[in-house]
Amino acid sequence: MSAVARAREWVGVSDVRLLLAVSIGLYALFTFFSVALGFDLNGTVNTLQRITFLSAVYAMLALALNLQWGYAGLFNIGVAGFMAVGIYTMGMLSASPQASPGGLGLPLPLGILGGVLAAALVGALIAIPALRLKGDYLAIVTLAFAEIIRLSFRSRAMEEFTIAGTTIGTGGADGLTLPADPIRRLFYEEPGSLVSDPSRLGLEYFAGAKMLGIEENVAQGWAYAVLLLIFVALFYWLLVRIGNSPFGRVLKAIREDETVAQALGKDVRLFKIKAFALGAGLMGLASILWFMGEGSFVIADTFEPILTFYVFVALIIGGSGSNTGSVLGGAVFASLLFEGPNFVRRIIDNTFEVGSQPDTIFAAFGSPDALLAYVFSDFNLAALRIVLLGVVLIYLIQRRPEGLLGNRKEIASTVDLSERPQEGDQ
Amino acid sequence: MASVESSSGRTFLRENLGTVLFFVVGALFLLDLVRRLATGIVSGGRFGTLLWDGIIFGMAIGLAGIGLALTYSILSFANFAHGDMVTVGAFAGWMVTFIIAGAGKFSWQALVLIGGPISVSTHDLGISVVNTPLALLVGLLVATAFTAVLAVIIDRIVFRPMRDQSGIALLIASVGVALALRHLLQFFFQTGNRGLTAGQLTPSMTVPIGASAVTVNAHEITLVVLAGLLMVATHVLLQYTKLGTAMRAMADNEDLAQVTGISTERVVLLTWLLGGGLTGAAGFLFALDQGTLTTTFGWQLLLLIFAAVILGGIGSVYGAIAGGLIIGVASRLSLLWLPGELFVAAAFVVMIAVLIIRPKGLLGGVTSV
Repeated sequence: MSAVARAREWVGVSDVRLLLAVSIGLYALFTFFSVALGFDLNGTVNTLQRITFLSAVYAMLALALNLQWGYAGLFNIGVAGFMAVGIYTMGMLSASPQASPGGLGLPLPLGILGGVLAAALVGALIAIPALRLKGDYLAIVTLAFAEIIRLSFRSRAMEEFTIAGTTIGTGGADGLTLPADPIRRLFYEEPGSLVSDPSRLGLEYFAGAKMLGIEENVAQGWAYAVLLLIFVALFYWLLVRIGNSPFGRVLKAIREDETVAQALGKDVRLFKIKAFALGAGLMGLASILWFMGEGSFVIADTFEPILTFYVFVALIIGGSGSNTGSVLGGAVFASLLFEGPNFVRRIIDNTFEVGSQPDTIFAAFGSPDALLAYVFSDFNLAALRIVLLGVVLIYLIQRRPEGLLGNRKEIASTVDLSERPQEGDQ
Repeated sequence: MASVESSSGRTFLRENLGTVLFFVVGALFLLDLVRRLATGIVSGGRFGTLLWDGIIFGMAIGLAGIGLALTYSILSFANFAHGDMVTVGAFAGWMVTFIIAGAGKFSWQALVLIGGPISVSTHDLGISVVNTPLALLVGLLVATAFTAVLAVIIDRIVFRPMRDQSGIALLIASVGVALALRHLLQFFFQTGNRGLTAGQLTPSMTVPIGASAVTVNAHEITLVVLAGLLMVATHVLLQYTKLGTAMRAMADNEDLAQVTGISTERVVLLTWLLGGGLTGAAGFLFALDQGTLTTTFGWQLLLLIFAAVILGGIGSVYGAIAGGLIIGVASRLSLLWLPGELFVAAAFVVMIAVLIIRPKGLLGGVTSV
């Protein structure tokens, strides 16, 4: 019995309890990291906010991918492309016309809706022809599509263009200005400005946080993280609802055996297109929530293929097909694999007084100190982190393709046929 | 039934709408090209240069594509680590070339790291096909051998335990291999663009075309000639040897091949050796032609290599070569209409169009090698 399985038995079978246990565990770990780094309360709370933020966005993306891959068996490695379409459309619709490049200045909810619809629409457009293809062809097409999106958003040709007298654009290599996020809108008089006075609500909230010793920006970040958590819950709820609906059961049937689904009179193609578009729309929404909270602008090179692979690792860690697993995988990936190495580095930096980084790997082998400095330099650690990611990916797909939660594939039938009572039972 | 027959013309058009559209668009571009050449908007020299660039690029991609086509047909999965195998091959080969060409002139650390973090003057090193032919030849052989062995090792560790798993599972594992390989290279060699050859020492000649001219240098010719020779050698191997027959048999039907006494694991091993070797050679020659080397160039080529292999019909070696030439020439000629920053995007659009319109590849449904 693996450690995880034992842990599950210990916590009980309830998914909620499992998620709570993992969250508490991760929070405890990062509180320990923060204390080890000598952070005060504000710093510790800030660390936990960052972990929550990243876990939430990866959980949302993994859930969206789970709809496409886990439910419908559609292998999409163009996640980054749909994310780019979502956030860029939102930005161009809602950014103020005075910004550079200017947007249309539409209200934020309209912009978000537009971004999600655009991502879903592009998803459907890609899916209609691509779904005729085999799994690995679909993979290549979606990856190429994501690269086309990134390269064209980055190009000078789309930097600024004029439609019906209004100039909008993607900002080319400089990136796109984003409108202020909803939390800033709630807490500030002028959300677009960095030196704005807080609103009445903001004044009270920040005063409350101050009493606990938490600074304004951290308090604001936490409010945004809570918003993200609410959205994770919404995504989860939506996915469970879809999974249990007739629509979801058809999707799972398609995943298990396309011919059978077809023989039952289901329009397989239409179901696939719907699932793909819905997943793409959710990816767009997750991306909007992520990058709006990350800062006031976004650059096209954020959406390199590696971002897609991050989401895949998150989903595979949790186990594709399982919604709880997607959330769990998002949290474990974001905190342990993504942020974890940085904290380990900072702790090592602090404890061992690591010197400056040697230029070459040969100089690094000169002394243990030099080796440490080489391994834990920004660039090299980032490289090693992705090597680790690759190894984890290979290990999981070889040894535990079912993910951490074990074989919890969403079953296609309403009752679990594999748990049929034995003849001798009762 | 009668109604079906009477509307067969329309049915044909409906079923092949994509193909028809594809060729119509292609023909329009060709007409516009002729117009531009005739009216002098595009000079013969510019056209010739782009065409020549496209042929070089296409030969490199075609050579790299053979390895991918081989593993695709024998093991039935899209190997996403292939691009990074190209990079690894180039690094292994150029390390040896640097050591041989620069021994005594530079510190061994600088040579082993192919410059990179320690700056090495390419002019003082003086690598070119006329100056240091031996260093380049040994480098090419090492690139070939190292990549072949590495491909087998990766197969043993990663892919062999997964033989019974689906193509998608193998694809995901290959993504893991790609990430690990590329970032290990970055860890050891550090990133950054490395200069390799001495441009001034590379002989070149000018071929006049009309009023203007095309410059052809020795490294470009080396790439085209060697890639061509390797392609012919692969053809002979696949067509006239027992191994080639066994490989083609396995690509057609693995069970039947096994029944006739072909040791499938042995064929898989030799496929990785052959495919890996060609891949390493392609990486080395591509870097020779470019004169520079980065840790990401193979990954950036990967989708174009896929495009070539798919265009030619997956699993077809000749298709890979033809597909490489088409992708190479088409992508370079696209620069006549598009800004340079969009030329990769244009090649991807062509690939997606081909995949959707003719998933079997332009050369028809060749599935065996």
